[in-house]
Amino acid sequence: MTAASITVSETPLVLYVLRRADDALVLGHRLSEWCGHAPMMEEDMAMANMGLDLLGQARELYGYAAKVEGKDNDEDKLAYLRDVRQYRNLLLLEQPNGDFARTMTRQFFYAAFSDLYWRAMMASRDTTLAAIAAKSEKESAYHLRHSSEWMVRLGDGTEESHRRAQLAVDDLWAFTGEMFAVDDSERGLIDAGIAIDPESLRTQWLATVARVIDEATLKLPANDWMQKGGRIGQHTEHLGHLLSELQSMQRTFPGATW
Amino acid sequence: MATPNSPLWEVFIRSRNGLAHKHVGSLHAADATLALQAARDIYTRRGEGLSIWVVPSSAITASDPSEKGMMFEPAESKIYRHPTFYDVPEEVGHM
Amino acid sequence: MYTQALNSSDGEDRFVEDATRAAAFQARIDADERIEPNDWMPAAYRKTLTRQISQHAHSEIVGMLPEGNWITRAPSLRRKAALLAKVQDECGHGLYLYAAAETLGSSREELVDAMLSGKSRYSSIFNYPTLTWADIGAIGWLVDGAAIMNQIPLCRCSYGPYARAMIRVCKEESFHQRQGFEIMLTLARGTEEQKAMAQNALDRWWWPVLMMFGPPDQASQHSDTSTKWKIKRFSNDELRQKFVDATVPQAEFLGLTIPDPGMTQDSEGHWRYSEIDWTEFKQVLAGNGPCNRDRLAARRKAHEEGAWVREAAAAYAAKRESRRTAQAAE
Repeated sequence: MTAASITVSETPLVLYVLRRADDALVLGHRLSEWCGHAPMMEEDMAMANMGLDLLGQARELYGYAAKVEGKDNDEDKLAYLRDVRQYRNLLLLEQPNGDFARTMTRQFFYAAFSDLYWRAMMASRDTTLAAIAAKSEKESAYHLRHSSEWMVRLGDGTEESHRRAQLAVDDLWAFTGEMFAVDDSERGLIDAGIAIDPESLRTQWLATVARVIDEATLKLPANDWMQKGGRIGQHTEHLGHLLSELQSMQRTFPGATW
Repeated sequence: MATPNSPLWEVFIRSRNGLAHKHVGSLHAADATLALQAARDIYTRRGEGLSIWVVPSSAITASDPSEKGMMFEPAESKIYRHPTFYDVPEEVGHM
Repeated sequence: MYTQALNSSDGEDRFVEDATRAAAFQARIDADERIEPNDWMPAAYRKTLTRQISQHAHSEIVGMLPEGNWITRAPSLRRKAALLAKVQDECGHGLYLYAAAETLGSSREELVDAMLSGKSRYSSIFNYPTLTWADIGAIGWLVDGAAIMNQIPLCRCSYGPYARAMIRVCKEESFHQRQGFEIMLTLARGTEEQKAMAQNALDRWWWPVLMMFGPPDQASQHSDTSTKWKIKRFSNDELRQKFVDATVPQAEFLGLTIPDPGMTQDSEGHWRYSEIDWTEFKQVLAGNGPCNRDRLAARRKAHEEGAWVREAAAAYAAKRESRRTAQAAE
């Protein structure tokens, strides 16, 4: 016996909120995978803190998505009972942890974006999203600070750390474009002042990224081909494995309360 | 399996405005920036702080406990430094 | 806690015994004074404490693994956040304890290396596997419950830095046992399958948890001196009995059966448990528990694979320092 996936009525606002909820959950989950295995115990503490921030964001966003949808879904059904094609997160965030350089690079690329994103979203006409943004902005600002400090240390540390950091930057770069993409369903929300246009954040994002990468003595790749698909449920191979673990209990024991 | 020792830092936290920073513990970090972030992650997970200081442990000079007598006992006999040394009649009120 | 640097002036002296000083030291302990890092202390006191505090720290760190095994599979977002926070707390407690141990003169690196090489132990309980979600409930309820019994008296231990670390740990751990009990309660009130899961977890964890308190009093080798030095305030058997007495009614509330059919209540209300299988305990301590090898392998892997990160941080710090001195020289 396994629990079947739910259906979600993805109105533009539900879809918009789910996308951000999935971002937070998937990245939070990835960070939680480190717990007990970090390169130093101090960093176990740091990654768990960031993971907890993201899990908190995910819960608020799922709760809001469920409320807007107005059916009988809740945060756990949305998280645990949608399959890989129903997940809407950025491809960047589902990429495996790899080594510490890869984890920090993923965090850095995303935090440099989410810091700007949540700050801008504080002006959303949707008061719930504006409130979530106000809390998330402070968390993202710290994630950016922490990951930037590590980018610099790894890039400008030893030959080995430089090599690993550069490889991570090269491999993950193609997943950064998706953060700025907008589709028709989001365009309407942007016009209504509920969402912000991520394109407006691109220059500042690039400036932050370039400054840190430069200080880290690393180089941004010249290749500007960008992968996309996460927002419409076309993922990399990694997400299915993540979900099979994340959802195993809810799928195995349908309807149980934990 | 010898690992090089990373520097030790002492952590001081101001829990509320108006209070002094208080020693809460120590941690290891390669430099001051990482030490400050680690202090935040290790010692303020439950909203314990508004301000953090980190100080290299090696920068602290401590008094020697075996010199406790010379250092601190002379102060003990100076009872006239304490208000209770002086008699003021009760009817004078609080002073 | 304090600084390791403060102790270095003692040099090799710290191992030299001195009868007069030893008597004065014991008098301070008897007067309930706290011993601080810079104070003179008998070498054996230092050694006992270093062993005990570092083993305690290792236990917190290794203890992250069995519970960490379920963070990615926690069955709800609320449980997932609580478990991640709890396992993270254990890491924090490990760090407080290493810092307390370091005040006795050994570096954290030395202490960690002793654990990784198998020279220094951690609590035998973490060599058992977490097979189902109910094990997360059982660990919180029973393992943390037992740990708290052990730790509360340590808040008054004669060594200042250890006592202070324990006060912080106990304060933070108060949510751990409640979290575990709540998981068990939810299972006990759930489906038949969930109830069976909870009972099975209790069956597997009960005896190993009783062993956590250590060998019976007549067989314990460290108890006498530890009591004299006020490191230990209650004997293993006293604490074990206290734990059993507290836990029996809780199990009853959950509707679960403690896997000890021979257990009876005596005239004073104490629950008398059956003979503990100390052979199993000795085997687990000797490295033959179900997970000893896995636990050490996981910690070694994290340590070895993290080496390049620690080296990078150190290299960067050195570079920045030399740039700063170069600038200052200009």
